[in-house]
Amino acid sequence: MRILVCISHVPDTTSKITFNSDHTEFNQSGVQFIINPYDEIALSRAVELVEGTDGTVTVINVGDASTEPTIRKALAVGATDAVRIDAAPRDAWFVAKQIAHYATEQSYDLILTGRESIDYNGSQVAALVGELLHIPSVSIVKKFDIQDREITIEREIEGGKEVLSTQLPVILGTAEGVTEPKIPNMRGIMSARTKPLQVLPAVDVPTLSTISKYESPAPRGQVAMVDDVEQLVNLLHTKAKVL
Amino acid sequence: MAILVYVENIEGKFKKSAFEVVSYAKAIANEQSTSVTALSIGNVADDELNKLAGFGASKIVKVDQEQLKQFINKAYASVIAAAANSEQANIIVLSNSFSGKGLAPRVAAKLEAGLADGAIELPTFSGSDLQVKKTAFSNKAFATEIITADKKVIAVNPNSHEPVRSEETAAIETLSPSVDAGDLNIVIKDIVRATDKVSLPEAEIVVSAGRGMKGPENWAIIEELAAALGAATACSKPVSDAGWRPHSEHVGQTGIVVSPNLYIAIGISGAIQHLAGVSSSKTIVVINKDPEAPFFKVADYGMVGDALEIVPKLTAAVQAHKAN
Ligand SMILES: Cc1cc2nc3c(=O)[nH]c(=O)nc-3n(C[C@H](O)[C@H](O)[C@H](O)COP(=O)(O)OP(=O)(O)OC[C@H]3O[C@@H](n4cnc5c(N)ncnc54)[C@H](O)[C@@H]3O)c2cc1C
Ligand SMILES: Nc1ncnc2c1ncn2[C@@H]1O[C@H](COP(=O)(O)O)[C@@H](O)[C@H]1O
Repeated sequence: MRILVCISHVPDTTSKITFNSDHTEFNQSGVQFIINPYDEIALSRAVELVEGTDGTVTVINVGDASTEPTIRKALAVGATDAVRIDAAPRDAWFVAKQIAHYATEQSYDLILTGRESIDYNGSQVAALVGELLHIPSVSIVKKFDIQDREITIEREIEGGKEVLSTQLPVILGTAEGVTEPKIPNMRGIMSARTKPLQVLPAVDVPTLSTISKYESPAPRGQVAMVDDVEQLVNLLHTKAKVL
Repeated sequence: MAILVYVENIEGKFKKSAFEVVSYAKAIANEQSTSVTALSIGNVADDELNKLAGFGASKIVKVDQEQLKQFINKAYASVIAAAANSEQANIIVLSNSFSGKGLAPRVAAKLEAGLADGAIELPTFSGSDLQVKKTAFSNKAFATEIITADKKVIAVNPNSHEPVRSEETAAIETLSPSVDAGDLNIVIKDIVRATDKVSLPEAEIVVSAGRGMKGPENWAIIEELAAALGAATACSKPVSDAGWRPHSEHVGQTGIVVSPNLYIAIGISGAIQHLAGVSSSKTIVVINKDPEAPFFKVADYGMVGDALEIVPKLTAAVQAHKAN
């Protein structure tokens, strides 16, 4: 089985999110970047699936050269090889077009993404690539298993879950539950240095939308401390008007 | 030209998000001097469909084919795109629900439309561009997106636009699109839904608890408080990681993002990753035994004390309030 895992390079979850002075760009200074946590789960599951078989796991990232440490980390987790599409990711549509373009030429059995990237988080890429490749996509996958060419998938729905099945190839946006993230071991880290990392040029994509500005949420007012539950219920009723 | 809005149903009944998106579309239609066409797919009775007119739909298109009874994003996206074309709709509105997340990008890709996902406000227009505010960085920030493409798809976050009544008279039309076999190669095997519980992403009140509850055996008082409030229950990540509660209750940056009217956090410290998932709640109440817990800094109301003592008292106070 040949698996493609889409990796995005995002600010560490503890990062304080700030913007440049005209609020048009994310301020990267002092920010630690990591593999998007959901992509790490997807990758770990992919590595698990090919273990002990002749299957391969390719990771793909759309990004400039600054993402290479993140790609090497993915190789250390156990990917076979990596591809970087050399362009700053403009938006999900741009990223999806790049991935679809690359994947069309390669024909993978399974493509995995995270359910969403924790930076621009559109949860769009899986469904966009699915549509561009004319294959089924499932966006919030909590669990999946493959038997021969049939894949059984559990997806999240409001207040529950849905179980569905289809034939490979398919693209999934994976969430927690699919597996536990794998921590790279020393051997993985050593071998990652020499695994192939191919850099390919981006294809042209027309712009459909752009981000004009970012804002940080307005700070909340001072907290009102209350001493007893009656007072709390009363405030929620009369002041906050939520009861 | 009309604005097309796709409305989701569960077993023939519309969810609150359906009325939210219809009235969202109606507000745009008013601004653009046009009207709203609502599209429903699946087996929904006419009197249920007619409810959409009460929120501003002046035409209701129903697609009720056997093959399309169950949600398959590929097939539904084809139907929505076809309806957008036949209605000559340039703006397509749907809910950014779990199903919507799998659907909206497909619709947008089919139409080469620009997609604003996670919209939290009504859009504004300048010329043919549409501008809309949405969440970004896991709720740690907002972004303003400008859609410059001719066609525009907006996926509206649940609970971010209150349904507003707007009585229209609407005719129901039946559409029977031909469905490509390639769109139907998915089999839905099972749907499990806890029907006795309020769905978390759509809940107006959420009662959430963390590691401060000590163990799963103490969750009965959380569920009782939630029942008294008509609320959904949620938890912090370590709680679901430990198996005290299901993963589907985990809120935060790597879990579900919620924006209820009222979020009650009990025995949760307020780590940045947790806050990311709840900070757009309208009112936040924090109950924690540690007066220095970071969560108090972002709360509207706070109570310091032992949750195991406070929560049952709070439940009783809520019940007394409701009885009045
Ligand atoms: C990559 C990454 C992603 C993450 N994503 C998420 C996420 O999406 N969601 C999330 O929630 N976390 C997430 N976390 C974890 C997060 O950093 C915190 O560890 C977690 O939120 C803490 O959970 P907690 O508040 O329940 O537990 P703790 O931090 O242990 O806090 C327990 C709180 O309970 C209070 N307490 C104890 N006993 C009582 C009592 N009897 N009565 C009242 N109060 C009491 C304590 O004072 C304390 O404030 C993530 C972490 C990482 C590294
Ligand atoms: N620049 C990128 N390169 C490769 N994959 C990406 C990139 N951005 C997003 N993805 C993938 O798409 C998923 C969903 O991203 P998004 O649609 O931005 O929320 C992520 O979890 C990644 O798997």
